[in-house]
Amino acid sequence: MEWFQALGYLLSAVLFIVGLKYLGSPRTAVRGNQLGALGMLIAVVVTVAAEWGGEGIIGWSLIGIGLGSGALIGFVMAKKVEMTGMPEMVALFNGFGGAASALVALSELLGSTPDSLGDRGALGATVFLGAIGASSLIGWVTLTGSVGAMLKLNGTLRGTFSFPGVNLVKGALLAAGLYLSYSLICDPTNMTMTYGLVGASCLLGVLFVLPIGGADMPVVISFLNSLSGLAAAAAGFVVGNDALIISGALVGAAGLILTGIMCKAMNRPFVDVMFKTYGVAAGGDTGEKRTVRGYEAEEAALTFDGVRSVIVIPGYGMAVSQAQHVVRELGEELESRGVDVKYAIHPVAGRMPGHMNVLLAEANVPYDQLYELDAINSQFSDCDVCLVVGANDTVNPAAHTDPTGPLGGMPVLDAEKARTVIIVKRSLSPGYAGVDNDLFYRQSTMMLFGDGKAKLAELLAEVKAL
Amino acid sequence: MIVICLTQLTTSALVASITVLVLAIFLGFELISKVPPTLHTPLMSGANAISGITIVAALMASNTQLSGGNKTLAGILACVALALATINCVGGFMVTGRMLEMFKRKEG
Repeated sequence: MEWFQALGYLLSAVLFIVGLKYLGSPRTAVRGNQLGALGMLIAVVVTVAAEWGGEGIIGWSLIGIGLGSGALIGFVMAKKVEMTGMPEMVALFNGFGGAASALVALSELLGSTPDSLGDRGALGATVFLGAIGASSLIGWVTLTGSVGAMLKLNGTLRGTFSFPGVNLVKGALLAAGLYLSYSLICDPTNMTMTYGLVGASCLLGVLFVLPIGGADMPVVISFLNSLSGLAAAAAGFVVGNDALIISGALVGAAGLILTGIMCKAMNRPFVDVMFKTYGVAAGGDTGEKRTVRGYEAEEAALTFDGVRSVIVIPGYGMAVSQAQHVVRELGEELESRGVDVKYAIHPVAGRMPGHMNVLLAEANVPYDQLYELDAINSQFSDCDVCLVVGANDTVNPAAHTDPTGPLGGMPVLDAEKARTVIIVKRSLSPGYAGVDNDLFYRQSTMMLFGDGKAKLAELLAEVKAL
Repeated sequence: MIVICLTQLTTSALVASITVLVLAIFLGFELISKVPPTLHTPLMSGANAISGITIVAALMASNTQLSGGNKTLAGILACVALALATINCVGGFMVTGRMLEMFKRKEG
């Protein structure tokens, strides 16, 4: 490796490290992202400079086309995506990263001959082939898993798909993937084995994501993010490049940390999320039929008359109906009447870590009005009206009252302590955990059934008329 | 002209790479143990963009000089890998930037 290349990679690694660090704090996050992008640019420029001069398999014009088309597609996708579509977009980019690592591995393998492998020496060939196996396995799982997650997030795939023994099949596929990776080291010329590895990995990715329900998507996306990093690190061993190893490992670790944070927020061990299917069969728990009265926006608006403090709890339903702007308008209207408005953000509300924060930021809700679970929970008892927009499990008192149930022990927002709770929701259907929500039936609760955006617009009009 | 200059991997070089890998994993854990929930999405999307570093591997694979093997397919796959990795990088950093702009707007 040329000296300037090694130094360039070191510089970009430093920029990635500082960039990730800066991304963790609101003040420096923008700079962090720019430093990361600069690091990437340096890595690319240095690589091109080092490779320049030699004409390889596809030639520089095709390399230019690959880079150019990728940049153009990435640019257009990033410009066009709506903020509500962000989880899908992140999932898809993840998948592309994983696929790129897997394709590099496959390409390197296809270009190898017994002679070229011999030139690498015994150790070199083993590491090269082992890394190809790892990169393929992780990369393809990342691709199909991410595409599956994306289809679930945008609603193309509904519900959870599972069958008895799905975990056995997943285990078998993983074992097959590992075995085929091993056999790749023993016999690199057997391409049937290699394509078997690709197939097993792709299938594993699909089966890994499909049984996991929508509300667990924050965990899944974080985990896939981690995997795409690990795939890049493995690709680093394939091409013998430390820049990939460092960056891939950083992302792999960062993704695992986020995965852990998400699991903690749901009070569910990682293993449960991955291997247990929730909320498909559950549902009618006691058999007791309870009725609930739906209210009109007009009646609900009256409860806002003369209140001092309002807490808004957004959930995935707000994202689905794109209600964040009208939520902000309602908040502003109330503030102009001297009401103290706060937003309570549950850590796993939505389908992506921090999903609600992004949507509310898009709608221009001031950052200092958003409160985390621990900071807001003690304030519900002093709150006049709690407005729940499309949230369910995250406000379900069953987490306290039924410690052994599916939600037992999960930290929830204590909306029931508010004097009045207004819930905007499409239907009474239980949330993802399959547990009926007692909150809907309380005396102090007013249910507004309908599309979040439409109902809130009605509510806003009525509040304005007060 | 076919120039193949594969330096043989030595044990010490391998150990050095593994050292780098392990240290980087620990560094990654340390870097983002305390992140406010507001930044979870941009952090994830930024980290995702960084995993697009595989663009470097794609560049190297696209420009290897092969003496044999399935050159056509190897070339096609390398080129596709290059495009996908570039989408991941460019799109990832831009989307992250867009999200962060929204947060910033209200602070100023």
